[in-house]
Amino acid sequence: MASIEMKNIVKKYGDGFPAVNDVSIDVADGEFVILVGPSGCGKSTLLRMIVGLEDITSGDMVIGGQRMNDLAPRDRNLAMVFQNYALYPHLSVYENIAFPLRLKGDVPEQEIDTKVREASKTLELDEHLERKPGNLSGGQRQRVAMGRAIVRDADAFLFDEPLSNLDAKLRGQMRTEIARLQKRLGITTVYVTHDQTEAMTLGDRVAVLKRGVLQQLASPRQLYTNPVNLFVAGFIGSPPMNFLPATVEGNTLSLPFGSVEISEERAAKARDRGLLIAGIRPEHFEDASVVDTRGGTTFTASVDFVEWLGNESYAYIPFEAPPEVTEKLLELEKDLDGDAMRTQMVVSLDGASRITEGDQAEIWVDTSKIHLFDPSTGENLTVDAGNAGSSPALEPAHAGGAHAAQ
Amino acid sequence: MATTDRRTAVGTGVGFVVILVWCLLPVVWILSLSFKGVDETAAGSPQFLPKDWTLQNYKDILANPDFLDALRNSLGISLIATLLSVVFATLAAYAIARLEFKGKRVVLSIALAIAMFPVVSLVGPLFDMWTAIGLFNTWPGLIIPYMSFTLPLAIWTLSAFFREIPWEMEQAAQVDGATSWQAFRKVIVPLAAPGVFTAAILTFFFAWNEFVLAISLTTTTGSRTVPAQMSFFVGPDPFNPPYGQLATASVVVTVPIIIIVLLFQRKIVSGLTSGAVKG
Repeated sequence: MASIEMKNIVKKYGDGFPAVNDVSIDVADGEFVILVGPSGCGKSTLLRMIVGLEDITSGDMVIGGQRMNDLAPRDRNLAMVFQNYALYPHLSVYENIAFPLRLKGDVPEQEIDTKVREASKTLELDEHLERKPGNLSGGQRQRVAMGRAIVRDADAFLFDEPLSNLDAKLRGQMRTEIARLQKRLGITTVYVTHDQTEAMTLGDRVAVLKRGVLQQLASPRQLYTNPVNLFVAGFIGSPPMNFLPATVEGNTLSLPFGSVEISEERAAKARDRGLLIAGIRPEHFEDASVVDTRGGTTFTASVDFVEWLGNESYAYIPFEAPPEVTEKLLELEKDLDGDAMRTQMVVSLDGASRITEGDQAEIWVDTSKIHLFDPSTGENLTVDAGNAGSSPALEPAHAGGAHAAQ
Repeated sequence: MATTDRRTAVGTGVGFVVILVWCLLPVVWILSLSFKGVDETAAGSPQFLPKDWTLQNYKDILANPDFLDALRNSLGISLIATLLSVVFATLAAYAIARLEFKGKRVVLSIALAIAMFPVVSLVGPLFDMWTAIGLFNTWPGLIIPYMSFTLPLAIWTLSAFFREIPWEMEQAAQVDGATSWQAFRKVIVPLAAPGVFTAAILTFFFAWNEFVLAISLTTTTGSRTVPAQMSFFVGPDPFNPPYGQLATASVVVTVPIIIIVLLFQRKIVSGLTSGAVKG
């Protein structure tokens, strides 16, 4: 078991394009860290650099206190589960799991047998040991791939989108399974995914990457409540955070649907900056008729469309935005792998709400949860820096650079 | 519908029969010849099946030291050529499929050019070279040209197979603690087995059946292979070739081919990689 320290890791391909740019992440011994981001953000490349399948252009990869940059994968003692499992089709399940042990060459047959049986018991593969991977279901193959990883007493587990090939139900089960296994074995784990549910539920800490640059490294709760920039705010959460054009004058925040009062502390950070983007999560709105409206503000808006889900419903409220905000939001949407978004707001309402399509509804908003972003840099002006994990943007030395880079 | 189905079935059946007769009639004719005595084969208009079944031809041919020598040469030369060709082709194809190096296309183009080169045009130069360097009328004298003519095809077949094998297989093996060589031997080669067997069979057939080089580059039964040796079966009477003997020799040399195909066809199963990766 070991910690993994990535120090200023850079990966440049032949054409000079940096797939991973100056990323530093410390993974403590026994910690479960998630690398998450839209496709092409360099998360898989980073993982492959940890395991040694990709060369590191510059920076240090320190595993268990030892610099591993130039070591071959086999000398790093890490176990990896591939996205497509990469099982050996010519070997039985038993032999697949035993493969890493047999390669060591000096493990007695009896010990191999004990370890394989132990792993297969943990993963409930006992009745499949003699079968070939071709005859197994997706979930079973996934478990075999994990079995191959756990027999080895590796220093760390690396997962490369291990659940993306499973159907939704199985994915949920395997997610729990992986979490349980990791807790039980207490092994350092780095897990790559583009699925934010996996990121939020599995990780002790989550690293959000965008185009090879680390945006924020924080606990799931910190990421959700204190995103450092527009990208993280838009990436984490479903339905995503609403972004609205806003201006602050005094303690008054003007939004497309009206003005709300915000606290002096928040207002001070955002005052006199001209046009801003306000970020409000859907669940920080509510139907004013079903909620105690103290500690927030209500406004009236015309509801375009309602999706009722039973326990809650989503109401869509269109709004007008000035071109500079629309442009920024389009750019953000492109970064997030999304489609061009209408300028509309998603509001999560209680299931008991009777608001329907076409209504002029009175909506309550929790003003203490509103984030304000600088439209040019994307930076979160109202971030609680002490409670946002770490991010290059939060470090004083980098702060200026981050602004310039964006 | 039912009538069309039946008509299709009948048509298919008739088609099969026609093709079978077309392909197998000469083979059956040779088989039947091999069981006929000398009197019958020399008769003016022989009937299709032998009147008196006899094994005399087989006894004679298996007692003929020239034929046995030729059979030994054929087996030895074909097997060695096949083995070497497959080993080299596997390594070369792996490099072509997996490594990026300058001149990869050149290697492939030259391989293809060699495969298309007519064998006959090389007989003269090879004859001169082999007599000069002492390879004339030796096993290596045949093994080397056989290899060079079968390698290109083997390389092309195998590199296609290697390309089909997902990269992750090797990477997984390396992460599991394998050296590149171990990953190649324990994971890639078993997965490419159908390709290896296909290449081996093609190579073996070529070497086993080859005639032009075999007759031109050999002089004695020390290295002459069966196809070449059979052209020396003239018998005592130049106007009455020993058809029975020739037919029997043909049957005898066909047997190893049939055995090899039967043995290897089980190995040539496609979809061996199924289950390796989600697909």
